[in-house]
Amino acid sequence: MSSRLATLLGLSQGPEDQQHLQKAFEEGRKTPTRQTTNLKMSPSPIKYYYDLMSQPSRALFIIFRLSGMPFEDCVVALRNGEHLTDDFKRDINRFQRVPCINDNGNKLAESVAILRYLSAKGKIPEHLYPKYFVDQSRVDEFLEWHHISLRLTCAMYFRTVWLEPLLTGRTPTEAKIEMMRMHMERNLDVVEEVWLESSDFLTGSSLCVADIFAACEIEQTRMADYDVRIKYPKIRAWLKRVRQSCNPHYDVAHKFVYQISGTGPQAKL
Amino acid sequence: MSKSIKYYYDFLSQPSRALWIGMKLGKTPFEGCPVALRKREQLTDEYKKINRFQKVPAIVDGKFQLAESVAIVRYLSDKGQFSEQLYPKSLEGRARVDEFLEWQHLSIRLACGLFFRNAWLYPVNGIAPMPKIEQIQKMTKEVEANLGLLERLWLEKDFLIGDQLTVADLFGASEINQIKLCQYNVSEKKFPKVVKWLERVRESSNPYFDEAHNFVYQKSKQAVSAKV
Repeated sequence: MSSRLATLLGLSQGPEDQQHLQKAFEEGRKTPTRQTTNLKMSPSPIKYYYDLMSQPSRALFIIFRLSGMPFEDCVVALRNGEHLTDDFKRDINRFQRVPCINDNGNKLAESVAILRYLSAKGKIPEHLYPKYFVDQSRVDEFLEWHHISLRLTCAMYFRTVWLEPLLTGRTPTEAKIEMMRMHMERNLDVVEEVWLESSDFLTGSSLCVADIFAACEIEQTRMADYDVRIKYPKIRAWLKRVRQSCNPHYDVAHKFVYQISGTGPQAKL
Repeated sequence: MSKSIKYYYDFLSQPSRALWIGMKLGKTPFEGCPVALRKREQLTDEYKKINRFQKVPAIVDGKFQLAESVAIVRYLSDKGQFSEQLYPKSLEGRARVDEFLEWQHLSIRLACGLFFRNAWLYPVNGIAPMPKIEQIQKMTKEVEANLGLLERLWLEKDFLIGDQLTVADLFGASEINQIKLCQYNVSEKKFPKVVKWLERVRESSNPYFDEAHNFVYQKSKQAVSAKV
């Protein structure tokens, strides 16, 4: 039994959804399923299980690449239900979601927990996730805040406008879309007015993991044809800065988002 | 000489309770500063200066202000002011607790929080009518899907993370107790492990657990007698 809310969030899909998703993907992309990236030789790199359609998967992908951390690429095709198999549940992640890691037999789920674990292991540079506890707590404050606010509402909007119609063949009512937009914009307002009130990035004057997690959530709404740049000048300028600071990895992580939405940043970096 | 931190909280808030119990158990020195949510004190300009997000819990440590319960646990722990048993310092121990703390937001907290809001907070305050039976059933189903995950995936041992109480248990139990207000009691038949675990968490953290939950216990009973 999977949680309906999880399903709503696009965190997991039932097997019946897979066919539709598969089809959508075949149409949306022409590149092969498995990419080989970052397979540097190292004694035993961390196994990273992810799908670039998942927001936190993208965030960690960008963070690992920026950190120069070698990892073994383990792509999990959510649209094929690869996370729903018994094998996946037993051997990879009992919660049947991505992202997750396996560090020499030590399995860990939850993107933020993974980030902290790898940071404590010295794999993430300090400028991305500070080690000094006072500075770290500022970043933590955002990471903890974002789950039930920005992440939830952007994901619901994406789900309502893009994923659900795809799965059910029914278009949502205007009223429902409007309500989802309202919930989401209430949180985008907080990003614009509070988090970005007086600084170039969410928790200070330079890029950190908070910016990457947030940007990946917001980018997801592109696929639902939402353009955050229209109403939010600070977010617009900030997103540009985040992308620039993270590229080329940002664009690699978002290639399916760009393809499916038929939008993408015009400028080549 | 450093002054103890100021802790802004309300016992109606689930994470406020969890953090309060954790600090009491671990003997964190703090000055309690209740913020009465029922009087909307969190929405005043004065409180906005303390927490720009106008929520509880929050702390002020000298000039340093911090919101978000989990971020606060981590800050206090790294400052050496939070019980190491409740929030481990070791790499793996901490990662396991973090895994739960990050997981709970969009699962157990979201499901219980929505149920509480729609079936108690809004109707009691006249913000929205009592939800229809079907809506209650839907919300209950969602809560139970998550209780099922606790039962089957998390509760392999006596506590969520191994054999000892950690903050993970306090956060989890506090969310589940919140829906007593909606007259929801976890069924021993459906979730035997969860029921036993809830009792274990309470015993391991009393008298603070009951002190923090008194308000919820009372209000839940009132709602029952009001119906009669």
